[in-house]
Amino acid sequence: MNADPRGVLTGSHFLDGDHAAAEGALAAGANFSAGYPITPSTEVVERLAGRFPFTGGTFIQMEDELAASIAIQGAVWGGSKALTVTSGPGFSLMMEHLGYGIMTETPFVLVDVQRGGPSTGLPTMPAQADMMQARWGSHGDYEIIALAPSSPQECFNLMIRAFNLSEKYRTPVLLMMDECVGHMLERVVIPSPEKIQIEPRRYTRKGPDEQYWPYSLEECNNGDLVPPLTKVGEGHFPHITGLTHDDRGYPAMNAKSQAVLLGRLVDKIRNNADDIITIEEDGTDDADVIVVSYGITARVCQPAISRARAEGHKVGFLRLVTVWPFPEKRIRELAGRVSAFVVPEMNLGQIVREVERCSQGRPKVRGVTHAGGAVHDPEEIYNAIREVMG
Amino acid sequence: MSESYEATVTDPVSAPMTCDSNPVEEWLRMDRMPHIWCPGCGIGTSVNCFTRAIEESSLDRKNIAIVSGIGCTGRVAGYLLLDSFHTTHGRALPFATGLKLASPKTKVVVYSGDGDLFAIGGNHFIHAARRNLDMTVLCVNNFNYGMTGGQVAPTTPEFAIASTTPYGSVERPFNLPYLAQSCGAVYVARWTVYHVKQLQRSIREALEKPGFTFIEMVAPCPTLFVRRNRLGDGLAALESYEENAVIKNGADTRECDLGMGGPIVCGKFVDIDRPSYLSNQVAHLRKVLGDRYVMPDAWQGVVQ
Repeated sequence: MNADPRGVLTGSHFLDGDHAAAEGALAAGANFSAGYPITPSTEVVERLAGRFPFTGGTFIQMEDELAASIAIQGAVWGGSKALTVTSGPGFSLMMEHLGYGIMTETPFVLVDVQRGGPSTGLPTMPAQADMMQARWGSHGDYEIIALAPSSPQECFNLMIRAFNLSEKYRTPVLLMMDECVGHMLERVVIPSPEKIQIEPRRYTRKGPDEQYWPYSLEECNNGDLVPPLTKVGEGHFPHITGLTHDDRGYPAMNAKSQAVLLGRLVDKIRNNADDIITIEEDGTDDADVIVVSYGITARVCQPAISRARAEGHKVGFLRLVTVWPFPEKRIRELAGRVSAFVVPEMNLGQIVREVERCSQGRPKVRGVTHAGGAVHDPEEIYNAIREVMG
Repeated sequence: MSESYEATVTDPVSAPMTCDSNPVEEWLRMDRMPHIWCPGCGIGTSVNCFTRAIEESSLDRKNIAIVSGIGCTGRVAGYLLLDSFHTTHGRALPFATGLKLASPKTKVVVYSGDGDLFAIGGNHFIHAARRNLDMTVLCVNNFNYGMTGGQVAPTTPEFAIASTTPYGSVERPFNLPYLAQSCGAVYVARWTVYHVKQLQRSIREALEKPGFTFIEMVAPCPTLFVRRNRLGDGLAALESYEENAVIKNGADTRECDLGMGGPIVCGKFVDIDRPSYLSNQVAHLRKVLGDRYVMPDAWQGVVQ
């Protein structure tokens, strides 16, 4: 399905990542947002608040992040496409409702413009230190989809991708930006609506007098684990709960129902990892060392890679556009033929542990950590590359 | 101790049924019965009043959504055969806010307990009332947290015993009608579940009134609050409601505090008109943006 022209600001613009993300949401057809102000993410909802009255959307500023992250889910069950946007402390507060969205299979996009933490930390400065919180922050077992843009253009593109994945897999999707990408100004090209592909929400085909169960796979093809949605007012009278439930949506609190439900919730992501995962590679075919990075750091490491290559070293580059689910298969393949991975990230070692896990002790894995507050000096990354080359 | 406990509880299984079916069954998910509520609990009575109120009202069943939080009253959503949402603890109101903004044709009813709405959810309550978005909030006040075993709540009367105040609570409880009125609710009433006819009529009025409407429904928790405070059983609690109720429509809500064994002021206290969030929003954006304002599709024909 093509994008609704009402939300698409076709043209070439000079935008920061926060504004580009807002335009991506509008282009994706988002028509509801609830938010709570927090630096450095606020510009996203400020732009939505300004633009929605012209595109048929609604923004409301709620009393806190708990409210914002559940108001959007009420809006989804009311028929909207919805997002909320936050940073560090707000991301922590939203964790319970991320879990509610996963458990109730409510599609929405949650944006975290990462800043330095823990606690209030560095409100105006960048970090990539919420990557493991993105994966495991809500209690209980689940799989999550998280994308990490490296530029304002990609904030636009990946916001659309995030909405499309959330609809396709009926699950919340995280857009893990950082303060640097959020506040940097670059050219952003917004295509015409017919060039933007939108995944439409899959609603049940059942009429108001037919029995609809919100978690039944009866309308799904073999192997499809994503039940179709409904919304209020259709006469389906769904019951939606965060308790462990059966196909009817009714509480079913026992070990068997838990195993069936959680099994499907993780399998609908795991079985489709190839469809969900996007990675970008350069020079990995014959690389001796591969730099694995994401977000703004994937750009900061470029001068280090160029310098090492200029000196005759075979240095490859792999960028995680999708961070979760983690591209285990590809990292395992590469681990069999490289001598080392270098993993620069703006935290004290998070994604590097995933790379280590997938490497299974074969190549060396060298993290290049940074506590946040500024991007890396490329020199540190260059030194790490030289170090692993011995 | 177990002997005296057994003597006061009627066995629900062996009790004779006095009619073939319940007249409100068509509003309930009968495939979920039996419900979890204890014998003598007041929540079921409130649900009975609610279903009779919607049956009498002009509302279309398809356009009523029920949103609950967590707790004993939070389970109401799971038993009503309506679009029904059992959300997270304290967050029924913000969920309802998003739902109403996305689908204004839906009559959104928040049905939850005192702990859910006024402790963990207290911040949401004051803001929802302030915004005056069209919704009805039905609060079962049983003076404690039932689901988790009878802990002290923001409504527990002074010096009452709860599991976390074993020697009596010394905190001053909320006066819910006064709180609701101060925050901007356009309709405020209080009834006990003894006053079924008045409660039913009041729920209907609240449902049919635009804006943020609130009813406190005083109800016994015979297993915990009533037993722990040696107030007898569920029936004894209802008898005390009959005895202590002072029906005073239009009462000053500042004089509606509830204490142990004191008067229970009941009635309709507030019924005023104030422009609702949705009509205010549309009127203001039309004024400021003129023809450039694009009203959300779901608001067309619903919000004037």
